[in-house]
Parts: sequence; C-alpha cells; structure tokens
Amino acid sequence: MVATVGALLRKELLVELRTLESVPGMSLFAVTTFVVFHFALNQNSVSGDEAAGILWVTLLFAAMLGVNRLFVADQDQGGFDAFLLAPVDRSAMLLAKALALFAYLAVLELVAVPAFGLLLLAPPLGQTLPDLLLVLVLADVGIAAIGTLVAALAVQTRARDLLGPLLALPLLVPVVIGAARASSPLFVLAHPTGPQVRWLGTLALYDLVFGLISYAVFDFLLED
Amino acid sequence: MIELEGLVRRYGEREALSDVSLSLAAGQTLVVFGGNGAGKTTLLRVLATLLRPHAGEVTVLDRRLPQDAWAVRGHVGLLGHEPLLYRELTARENLRFHARLHGVQEDRVEEVLAAVRLSDRADEPLKTLSRGMVQRAAVARATLHDPELLLLDEPWANLDPAARELVEPLIGASSGRTRVISSHDPSGGLSEADLVLGLRDGRPALLEKVADVDPGEITELYR
Repeated sequence: MVATVGALLRKELLVELRTLESVPGMSLFAVTTFVVFHFALNQNSVSGDEAAGILWVTLLFAAMLGVNRLFVADQDQGGFDAFLLAPVDRSAMLLAKALALFAYLAVLELVAVPAFGLLLLAPPLGQTLPDLLLVLVLADVGIAAIGTLVAALAVQTRARDLLGPLLALPLLVPVVIGAARASSPLFVLAHPTGPQVRWLGTLALYDLVFGLISYAVFDFLLED
Repeated sequence: MIELEGLVRRYGEREALSDVSLSLAAGQTLVVFGGNGAGKTTLLRVLATLLRPHAGEVTVLDRRLPQDAWAVRGHVGLLGHEPLLYRELTARENLRFHARLHGVQEDRVEEVLAAVRLSDRADEPLKTLSRGMVQRAAVARATLHDPELLLLDEPWANLDPAARELVEPLIGASSGRTRVISSHDPSGGLSEADLVLGLRDGRPALLEKVADVDPGEITELYR
C-alpha cells in the first residue's frame, strides 16, 4: 500500500511539475483576490473576524481550482483504467490524491498567506504564524479529504467544472467556519491570543469524519 | 480460460452486448469483428474487469466476474484505443509507474523498452513522440507485467509494417498468450484467429472456428 501510494503521488507531482496546471493558477487567483479586496473594501488593513473571513474564503475558492483539476489527467488520458487494471488497493489512489492536494494547498498558502499579510492584514503576521500554521494544517486536511472525494465523483460527469464546486462548497462550509473562528483571535489588533481550542477540535473531528467517509465510499466511485 | 454464457451488458436502456456465449481455451486467439458500435470494445472492457456484466455468467482465467475481479487484475494486459499513458511523462517514467503498480522489477522496464525499440527516445515526453511510437510504448505497457491474457483493441492501428513485426513477439501469435483481439481487418484478423466472433448491434451474428469461416460472412457484418 505504501509503495503504491508513493508511486501514485510521485506520478501526480511529476505531472503537475510538467504541466503547472493547478498550483500557479491557485496562487495567482488568491493573490489577485487579495488585491481586489484591498481596493474594494477601500481599506489598507483588516483585522479580527473580517481578516479571518477574507483569508479563508479566498483560500477556499483558490482550493476549488485545484480540486476541479485533480482527476482530469487520469480521466482524459486513461489513468483510471490503468490503475483499475493493477492488482492494488484502490484506497491508495484516494490517499495519493489527497496527499497531492494537501501539497498543492501548502504551496498555495506559502504564497497566499504572506501576500495576505502584506496587502491586507493589520497586525504583524510573525508572532501568530505558528498558531496559524496549526489551523492551516487542520483545514487543509479537511479540504484535501472532501476535495478528493468530490473531485472523483465530479470528474466522471460531463458537467464536472460545475458539479465539483456545487458539491464541495456546502461540504466545506464547516471547514471555513471552523478555520475562520479558530484563526480570528490571531488577527485581532490588541493582544492577539492563541486559536480557540474548541474550533481546532471541531476542525479535527470534521477531518476525521470526512476522512473515514472518503475511505469508505471511494472504491464505489471508481467502480463501474 | 474464458467462458461466457448469456453475457449481457447495458448502457442505460441500450443493450451493448446481448446473450454472448463462447468458450476460449488457454493459448488460443479469439478475434472479434463488427462495425462501429457493435460491442467489441465493451466486450474487451468486461473481460478486463473494467465493466460489470449485467447478466449471464462470465469466467476469465478460471475466475467468476465480477465477484473475483480482484484475482484477474494483474494477469490481464489491455491495449485499447487510448495508450493509458500520461502524455506529459516520458515513456520510461510511465513504464516505471506501471511497474510499481504491478510489482514488477525495474529491469523489466528496460527490457520492454528495448523490445519495442524505444530505449533511445525513452526520456522524451510522450506528447513529443509520433502516434506509432506511442502505440509501441502502449504495447510495452500492456505486456510489462507478462500477462496471461491479452485484450487487444485494434492493436495494429498506427503501426507500420516494421513496427508490427517488432511487437509480434509481445502481442502476436508467437507470444504464446491467450488473446482476444478486436479487428476491422478481415484478412489480417483471420490470420491471427483460432476462433471468430462476429457482433452486430451487440448480438453474436457469427461464432465459428477460423477454418469454418467464409470471409464473405465477415464482410457481411459491416453492411
């Protein structure tokens, strides 16, 4: 199983490195959105709930670009059939795709979070970064689990570009709420505190539930 | 090796395969003829475990489908219209990926690359290669894991006579493998066959040993 996941993940990252179809688009979208917010709000800086909301809604929509592309090469170039013909555990594909999406999100955030700090955020990012990192990791796990499940379902339909976001966004609303509430205390101007443990717990629980659901139903999505 | 009894496969309401029954022994070659949409590709995909039969009994490599599909995978080599290779990756990267999925040693990758004479172009992205070269890479992919059963959907498309000769030991009669071949070429197809199946609108219109087949019957399938 580990070797299969490794082979699938390596292939996934190689294809992305060669095509640059997902990560650059996601990053560019996020930075552009921050610029638009910067001018649309007519404010040089935001803080607290407002800042957390802007960050997480932007990251969510940027993530959707990656989710929509996740299985396209496999569907268009016969990768699904090749995988299904191999004597391997089908959950390996779920794990490899989720890990790939997690990696794409990490790169997106490497670009987007500093850009957010520079363009919009009022309090300095430096001190709160370790706490924010924890929230980002928990939210990314949820986005990767749900995104992979939805992408596998949507790619088999003709309206995959529409169906992906339509299915994923409602399922990801709790992730955005949890991540925004958890990170909001990190962005207050006076005396920023740590993330709210209650919301971190909620995020972790949601990750666990959707991780298990994805594992349980993924095989059926690949089956004829 | 392959036993079909009343196989039915539907796409929605339409029956793509209706009441197909046949028996193919190990080492033999079944060639399937029929016009576009006759059900040839669907039959190959059912045998490859990629599509579930909707009725009838299907036994491949002495295993019942779909229940024992897991035991059939890994023993079947499918060469279809699509090469099942990633265009952005090189032939070597593609084959190494498939070798890992099938638990095949990497030495075998070099062996099949040499067999289809792609060793010197194996580090170029597949999208830069000609269709014939991609087809040769697909042959290497389909035979990488030394499958017992080959399912070949018009395998010689895009191959010139020299390339066809090149892949003969891998997918030809001399490979010694059990084969199911879909073909539009009556003379070429018959020369490969032990058993001939003709499909019309998903129904068997012809099922005979090759010695008993009148080439006119094949031509009739396309009218």
